Amino acid sequence: MSTFTGVGVSPGVGFGAGHVVVHEIPVPPPGARHGGDAEAERARAADALEQVARDLERRGALAGGEGQKVLDAQALMARDPGLAAEVAELVGAGASASRAVYEGFGRYREMLAGAGGYLGARVADLDDVRDRTIAVLDGLPVPGVPDRTAEPYVLVARDLAPADTALLSRDVVAAFVTEEGGPTSHTAIIARAMGVPAVVACPGATAIAAGTPVLVDGASGLVRLSPSEQEVEAARRAAAAREAVLAAGNGLGATADGHPVPLLANIGGPGEVESALEHGAEGVGLYRTEFLFLGREQAPSAQEQEAAYAEVLKAFPGGPVVVRTLDAGADKPLAFLPAKAAEPNPALGVRGSRLFQAHPEMMREQLEALARAAAQASARVQAMAPMVATAEEAARFAAACREAGLPSAGVMVEIPSAALRAADLAAEADFFSVGTNDLAQYAFAADRQLGALTALQDAWQPALLDLVAMAAAGAAGQGKPCGVCGEAAGDPVLACVLVGLGVTSLSMAAASLPAVRAVLARHTREQCTLAAQAARAAVSPAPARAAARSHLPGLAELAL
Amino acid sequence: MAERQVTVKAEVGLHARPAATFVQTAAKSSLDVTVAKAGGQPVNAKSILGVLSLDVRQGDSVVIRAEGEGAEELLDRLADIASAP
Repeated sequence: MSTFTGVGVSPGVGFGAGHVVVHEIPVPPPGARHGGDAEAERARAADALEQVARDLERRGALAGGEGQKVLDAQALMARDPGLAAEVAELVGAGASASRAVYEGFGRYREMLAGAGGYLGARVADLDDVRDRTIAVLDGLPVPGVPDRTAEPYVLVARDLAPADTALLSRDVVAAFVTEEGGPTSHTAIIARAMGVPAVVACPGATAIAAGTPVLVDGASGLVRLSPSEQEVEAARRAAAAREAVLAAGNGLGATADGHPVPLLANIGGPGEVESALEHGAEGVGLYRTEFLFLGREQAPSAQEQEAAYAEVLKAFPGGPVVVRTLDAGADKPLAFLPAKAAEPNPALGVRGSRLFQAHPEMMREQLEALARAAAQASARVQAMAPMVATAEEAARFAAACREAGLPSAGVMVEIPSAALRAADLAAEADFFSVGTNDLAQYAFAADRQLGALTALQDAWQPALLDLVAMAAAGAAGQGKPCGVCGEAAGDPVLACVLVGLGVTSLSMAAASLPAVRAVLARHTREQCTLAAQAARAAVSPAPARAAARSHLPGLAELAL
Repeated sequence: MAERQVTVKAEVGLHARPAATFVQTAAKSSLDVTVAKAGGQPVNAKSILGVLSLDVRQGDSVVIRAEGEGAEELLDRLADIASAP
């Protein structure tokens, strides 16, 4: 039985037939010929086209609406008599069925591409029909992500784009395995949100043959091919036992010796409140307000903003709700606030709170809407600014919050300069929240989106732990709290280390809360401190993790 | 040979939804049916790729031809689809 190992980023056990996502079909070589039986080869081509047409119609019926119109039109292309005649003629001249399909589509493709406009845009639809047909003929995996199968399948890909995953749910996908990506990649975030096990950074996975039964352990990162029934059962039992332990521990986050560590949820809008409550969130540690602004022609009205904020606040009476002001900019552009100049390096551009310096009226409007929502709720509202680099910026934001009538103004620590001068920033801000993903990106000069740089994005990098420790110490020196709201907070082992570094609250994807709560409850603050010291004493991530684990005996009990 | 000449009124021309409905209707018949832009080369009306390749725009005139039993009824239906706003 062969196995692959990657990084487990969404816990649980998934089992199903492997489906490898492909985006390109190899071109059947020019001059590829059939064995001599033209009649049989014609029938093969015709059957493949009909099979593709039926599949497109079936998907259309499932999709409904505009999607169905597109898919039905594609089915008509597959059943086109003109195309069928061309293909039959090419096969008659000796071409293999797949080469004949490739060339037959090619003639129409040129015509559509040449026409441009609406017809030019149909080229992608036509190419998709062609590639699906060639895949059927040559026994290749069909391009794209299957939206429905009889049994949930294991989705294997080099990496996944948001468009690939838009139609998926846990009824369809048993687990994700990708060759690239890291704990903060799109796949990992989606998998955790869906509650589906996932393993990323798993080299060689796309070589898995289509249909092979695959067993995925999203905690250990182990991917096993064609496991025995007993192995599948054993893995499922272990996962169920772990879940039972996790589910048993509800209540407030705290270490074994009673040191409170509020456990909060990261949310992107009112729609995620329910999941946060289900997983026992004590409040919200990061409410991303971008969703109100992105992809719109006009800025949302003050009333619309107020309503969206109020809806989240009322779900957490008495609890903290940290609302991050608009974090947009060059890479997440706003139609109604065009960039003033081209930015060759968006991550280093006018984004986050820097945008507000150019448009102070937008910040005022957002803060005032938040203050009005806060006045109607009992939640403890805390406003937080993203992308703050200096004490001066922190002071400016705090002043704007006070002017709007907001009692608490904090800043994200995601730029190394903010951690290096944490004491100065803490003198101006009411609290910190460390965004570990961006802090790693900026500290290591490593783009978050690049799979090749995953090692530098590892939250166990001792340099990153040093920066978190500096931020926490700077805040503590001024008697201010310092939370973490990056993906690192949701890793149960790292969560203990963060507490040991002096972090006062942890905010994460809701699904990660039970594991973190259970692990914290099994360790004292002293153990967390020792784990943190051991991790910082290491010189690289893997030894740092191993050293920390050696101080956290309760992990074994949870099979983590 | 029966024929109809109609002006395409749909904003999208004989593309997208009108083209699909037109081709689906023609394909249900056993008759040979062609469609052409007035004065142009005819294409098989059962071929979506053929019909799209005519690139018929709003305001263009098309000629639809069919032969055999039931041709008149079929042409009436196709003319209605092609000229629907």
